[in-house]
Amino acid sequence: MALTDAPKIVTSRLGYEDSHTLERYLATGGYTGLRKALTMTPEAVAAEVDTASLLGRGGAGFPAGRKWSMLRKNPVTYLVINGDESEPATFKDHLLIERDPHQILEGVLISAYALQVTQAFIYLRGEFALGLERLEAALNDAYAHGAVGADIFGSGFSLDVVVHPGAGAYICGEETALLESLEGKRGFPRIKPPFFPALNGLYGEPTVVNNVETMANIPWIINNGGAAFAALGQGRSTGTRLFALAGHVRNPGTYEVEMVKHTFRDLIYAPVLGGGIRGSHTLKAFIPGGVSAPWFGPEHVDLPLGQDEVGQAGSMLGSGSVVVLDSATCVVRAAWRITKFFSRESCGQCTPCREGSGWLERIMHRIENGAGREEDLDLLMDLCDNISPGVSWPPEQTTICVLGPSIPSSIASGIRMFRDEFLVHVKDGGCPFD
Amino acid sequence: MSHLSVDILTRAKALLALYPEPRSALIPLCHLAQEQDGWLRPEAMSEIAELVGVTAAEVQGTATFYDMLHTEPVGTYVVSVCTNIACLLGGAQELLVHAESALGVRAGGTTHDRVFTLEESECLADCDRTPCVQVNHRYVGAQTPESFERLLGDLRSGALSDTVPPHGTLIRVRRKVGLVADRTAVAAERAAMAEAQAARAPASASGGGA
Repeated sequence: MALTDAPKIVTSRLGYEDSHTLERYLATGGYTGLRKALTMTPEAVAAEVDTASLLGRGGAGFPAGRKWSMLRKNPVTYLVINGDESEPATFKDHLLIERDPHQILEGVLISAYALQVTQAFIYLRGEFALGLERLEAALNDAYAHGAVGADIFGSGFSLDVVVHPGAGAYICGEETALLESLEGKRGFPRIKPPFFPALNGLYGEPTVVNNVETMANIPWIINNGGAAFAALGQGRSTGTRLFALAGHVRNPGTYEVEMVKHTFRDLIYAPVLGGGIRGSHTLKAFIPGGVSAPWFGPEHVDLPLGQDEVGQAGSMLGSGSVVVLDSATCVVRAAWRITKFFSRESCGQCTPCREGSGWLERIMHRIENGAGREEDLDLLMDLCDNISPGVSWPPEQTTICVLGPSIPSSIASGIRMFRDEFLVHVKDGGCPFD
Repeated sequence: MSHLSVDILTRAKALLALYPEPRSALIPLCHLAQEQDGWLRPEAMSEIAELVGVTAAEVQGTATFYDMLHTEPVGTYVVSVCTNIACLLGGAQELLVHAESALGVRAGGTTHDRVFTLEESECLADCDRTPCVQVNHRYVGAQTPESFERLLGDLRSGALSDTVPPHGTLIRVRRKVGLVADRTAVAAERAAMAEAQAARAPASASGGGA
């Protein structure tokens, strides 16, 4: 199957210069999904999403329909959209927010109708200044158009949507931390159980939290039917997915690709996608699903782009980010930088994460800068084991949220795949790539 | 005597009205105060505390958790250079070193004339244009040491003032309407729908559920 055969579900308007305007949105079928949904019962709308078996596009990949069905028995009070995209090298939601904000709003409106919620909040990362302005402008236009507010399109259904800016904290992408932040507090993840905000969400009320890209899929599903969506992809991974490809490829960018039908090789090397490794270098490793994910080597490039396929191979599709490292990359430096990120962004509640990330960062820093010792490799793995016992995948957890067990991924991958490179740093007293 | 201006206070009250609990407006109000002062002054935090019904210490304790809220003065332009993984692979470390020498400050520092604050930032989600730089949270595209010099010149001369407002101004588009769905009407409508839903339930038992 050619890479271009699958329909563009979430990126269909991005070719237009004015893709973010209401005029363009309406001229390209915008808000027809909402109109259609409003003629259906809320259960029928939810059933279409169930049939689509749309997996959440945020990182955890939980089926959106199932998340909703946990709540259908209890009235849901709030729908909260997670637009706090901050997993390093993930930049797909950013694109959807800036370039097609009405599509997200329409997804929110349809979902709110299916869930019968009273108010929806879109929590956007604070650093997305343009995205915040585009979304606020789209919301103003949508209110004026009658698509949001009281008695939407004369249906009797009413909903208010509020765009809420974050203020710079990676942890707020964790849904319970996001809710704390939305309540005006520090972004401290909440203790589980309950595992889902379904029972105890915003202000303690039943709440559904969904990702931006998940919402962007909803209008197409209602317009074309859940079955048409489920016919794309394979197994549990249905539909298309937006991959954010970064690092040492010729054409870094965001690419909407049918799930499972293509491989990491296609994504990295196909001329219409990544276009291959930059310059004259070769592929050394790649990170398949955000920096929380264990790394893959060249032997994994033929894995299909599917959630279970990647999961069974020992990593995750996660946030849809793929980072390519070429043969001239120092893996110690790369893993050090990722560890520094986690150390900076740990919220500080749990000791293994707060202290462990800092210790790991300092040890990685001294190895990269020539002051490492051979026994540091065992020390690193021992510390990783304290944060996530066994350092396996999926990881064991000693902390309130999954930030902690995400820390060992890059270090453990680096040591397991490139132990010799770590040892050269120690023996030569410096970085061989400098 | 209010520290926040009449305009900012009016907008603050409009924001407060959007949330079921006033405390939810705490972060948006901190952004507003930064729009007025460029940073979060203690007087502003005290006033926000009164507006949302918490103590000034709680506002400060919350604000200091977030990277974008500055409890100390910053320059007119906060220049954020991302050095996270994708940008690291794209030469961000070299760009940061260049930025430090061009501005004469280390990352985290503010120039003597208070025009620029330089930040080493985490991923800014624009990873196909590396190394990624934001000025006051506006993307300015991938930068090289040469283009970075031009960027500083354009910021100083005001050539970018349309796209990059002074630090603190985050959202220039104002929400035009408050909450329009009448709360009591919505509650009644929801109750009626829940009743109708319950009546339909046996006939339309849908699959997948907890």
